[in-house]
Amino acid sequence: MRTRFAFVLFLLLACPCTGFAEDLTLPEFTSGYEVPSPTRPAPEAGFQDWIDIALLAVTLSLATFLVLRKRSRRGVFWLMLFSIAYFGFWREGCICPFGAIQNVAQALFDPAFILPTAAVAFFLLPLVFTLLFGRSYCAGVCPHGALQDAVLWKPVKLPAWVNHSLGLFAHVYLGLGVLFAATGSAYVICQYDPFVPLFRLSGSVNMLALGGLFLFVSLFVGRPYCRFVCPYGAILRLFSVVSRSRVKIYPDRCIECHLCEDSCPYGAIREATPAAVGRPKHEDKTWMAVLLVILPVLILGGGWLGTHLTEPFARMHATVRLADQLNEKSAENKGELPDEIKAMHRADRSTASVHAEAASIVKSFRTGTWWFGAWIGLVIGVKLIALSMRRARSEYEADRGTCVACARCFDYCPGEKGLLDPEIQARIESR
Amino acid sequence: MAEKENDMTRRQFVRDGLRGGALLSLGGLCGFAWGRPQTTETVWQLDPYKCVQCGKCTTHCVLNPSAVKCVHSYEICGYCDICYGFLAPKYNQVAAGAENELCPTSAIVRKYVEGPHFEYIIKEELCIGCAKCVEGCTISGFGSLHLQVRHDRCVNCNECAIAVACPAQAFKRVPANRPYLIKGKKTAPHMDDDKRNGTQGQSA
Repeated sequence: MRTRFAFVLFLLLACPCTGFAEDLTLPEFTSGYEVPSPTRPAPEAGFQDWIDIALLAVTLSLATFLVLRKRSRRGVFWLMLFSIAYFGFWREGCICPFGAIQNVAQALFDPAFILPTAAVAFFLLPLVFTLLFGRSYCAGVCPHGALQDAVLWKPVKLPAWVNHSLGLFAHVYLGLGVLFAATGSAYVICQYDPFVPLFRLSGSVNMLALGGLFLFVSLFVGRPYCRFVCPYGAILRLFSVVSRSRVKIYPDRCIECHLCEDSCPYGAIREATPAAVGRPKHEDKTWMAVLLVILPVLILGGGWLGTHLTEPFARMHATVRLADQLNEKSAENKGELPDEIKAMHRADRSTASVHAEAASIVKSFRTGTWWFGAWIGLVIGVKLIALSMRRARSEYEADRGTCVACARCFDYCPGEKGLLDPEIQARIESR
Repeated sequence: MAEKENDMTRRQFVRDGLRGGALLSLGGLCGFAWGRPQTTETVWQLDPYKCVQCGKCTTHCVLNPSAVKCVHSYEICGYCDICYGFLAPKYNQVAAGAENELCPTSAIVRKYVEGPHFEYIIKEELCIGCAKCVEGCTISGFGSLHLQVRHDRCVNCNECAIAVACPAQAFKRVPANRPYLIKGKKTAPHMDDDKRNGTQGQSA
């Protein structure tokens, strides 16, 4: 290092070839040599986005048709393979709706942020289709879900309490994704997506390992990312509950053989309940009243608890980290400056301005973490209320929220396949 | 029975209401977020004046080798005989050869032009974007060698992994029709992108 600086000093004194860009003395060429220009290869054409959006609309419509009209598992399966090939390996899984959540969140809070058309379309289209037709996006279009569904080999049914508790994490992840995107700190959903490195066939060792782990788990537990992690799935689950139409099990073909319930790897089919269930008992009503009272407590308490996360969460933002480094450096005034501080000096950013910016970011995190905590409180409260609501079902039903419309159950239903004995068929029809 | 029918209707009504509300708020949300005046689609690029040559462009890109490569702005190059972007600090002689070169992949080719002047050409297929030559050129030279995101390789991730790791926060989104921030004779630090792009020579 010292030798190098000695040379530089020598050169500065001796060689005519040093100087700064503002004070250029470029060589004059007499042999006819022409100074070339650096090449500027252009990015891929903009119309690729429009192709993606068009294909998204087409595959969504096709998935809806295959699930609701045709009721064909084979059709859905082939559509899944197409989605893995096109949206997955060809487009490398980017841009996806879960990533687009962050773009939309950031656009809402940052006026300078440019929201790409593809992000809006990918965020909006599956949500609209879900509101109308149920989770057809999950069924055949999402490459992440399709990949997990395609490798499902020996499904293991998870106990209901595991499903319910793990399912809460997706809402937490949604909250985190929105919080960090809205504050302009990081796109955590993009950073921790396990399947995109697999689609890209490259990435850090950690992410590839995570992807491999999810794939391995998907061999046995159906769609683990979709059910327990996917932040978009958390929204789709809510929207699907109020959807106009969805996967239907027709009572005039049902002999309550339980085959569909057993075949569903996601535990999404609910059997008919005895009639007495419909009438709530006194204890149930009391419990429901208690839950409704503690709901606002959970929300407000969650918000208050959330604010305790302000400091650690604010550190996700690069400017806050820089301010921390500046504090550390001024405390112990020795050692080489870290790159971030060197860069700050090079960009002529004053220490004061960095501290001011960091303070305002921490302030926005104080509000953001309150809302995050309140959101978690709300999710837990609503979950408890939903679990305590007893609904009578006179026939088999696919759970509105959990059913991903994979169409597996259609293949197992004997009534669906017209395999019922004519005598039994007649008995059902006369019911 | 009649009570049960009413239950269904009420539930249906609530569901319809929620669905309508959801559709409306989706429309409002996206209209608000999208309806702002905006330019074209954007791609990632790094500001060479902010770069501190930390070497993270090589390691953090999701692609291997990285989509960030060194470009040479010939119009501000000094064409020096002893080039510290080309030569390692403890070089044996001023010539090519692994023991003399700074570049770990020998991606810079030194070609004689005339007089004491040599041309330094970057072989992009070998460059890994490590910024060693950039560091040498910036400290001891004219700063004509610098890193840029190359858009024939970059997959334009929603969030650039290098952007997250860059200690100088040098990465930003630029319009796709003017995707480079290459240094030039009339560029300077803290210059507006528009002004900077206006001074670029012929497009490749």
